[in-house]
Amino acid sequence: MTTVSARIQVPATARRGEIIEINTLVRHPMETGFRRTQLGERIPRNIITRFICTYNGVEILSADYHPATAANPLLTFSTVATESGTLEFRWTGDNGFSFTETAKIVVA
Amino acid sequence: MKLRRRTFLAAAGCLAGGIGLSTMAGRAHATPAELSVALKKVTGGATLRPGRVTLEIPPLVENGNSVPLSVVVESPMTTVNHVRAIHVFAEKNPLPNVISIYLGPRSGRARIATRVRLADTQKVLAVAEMSDGSFWSDSRDVTVTLAACTEAVI
Repeated sequence: MTTVSARIQVPATARRGEIIEINTLVRHPMETGFRRTQLGERIPRNIITRFICTYNGVEILSADYHPATAANPLLTFSTVATESGTLEFRWTGDNGFSFTETAKIVVA
Repeated sequence: MKLRRRTFLAAAGCLAGGIGLSTMAGRAHATPAELSVALKKVTGGATLRPGRVTLEIPPLVENGNSVPLSVVVESPMTTVNHVRAIHVFAEKNPLPNVISIYLGPRSGRARIATRVRLADTQKVLAVAEMSDGSFWSDSRDVTVTLAACTEAVI
């Protein structure tokens, strides 16, 4: 199995009240469960099903992923920079998949 | 990229196999009924109104395995008036649900971007659920030349 990694883009600093854009990308095959091997056996589904983003512990966005999400799920969204602190990104899915990444932001 | 014979055959088999195996699999495509069931689960039977939502997706897609799309919803995103969720559906994928994103006033603006799989040339539908309980939608026709291989022979 490939190592799990994620790429997060969050501005390091922002003005209070500014709307900032966040880019998230996590490495995952997102195997749909609809494909078959040469022998006709179905390849079991292995996808990320849920994504949650929290800002200093408060949930600001979440998402449900389905097999129709492309491999290495990418999600771009925005949030209001309210205070300095930590943004946490958590992906969970099939076969007990769970991965967490954090990013710091300084709000002036 | 060097196109080897094996690679080419695998890709060809992927297309041909999709046709052959679809009957075996029994569910190559979601049916319109499945789409309406999935929609009803989201809307609870409320009517979808056109407008306020803009779905951006290329009209012609070469590779259905990774199709960039973005959804923008007109909303002030305040505590009393915001977008609660954005849902994307594809009528001819094996499953109609593509992605659901739950946002709120802390999002600042209602715009999301992601990448999806499309199994066939089809209509893609974006639905926005507002804090007042109304539902708005936009749809786009997308032509896919190489479908996302849902029944691949690898």
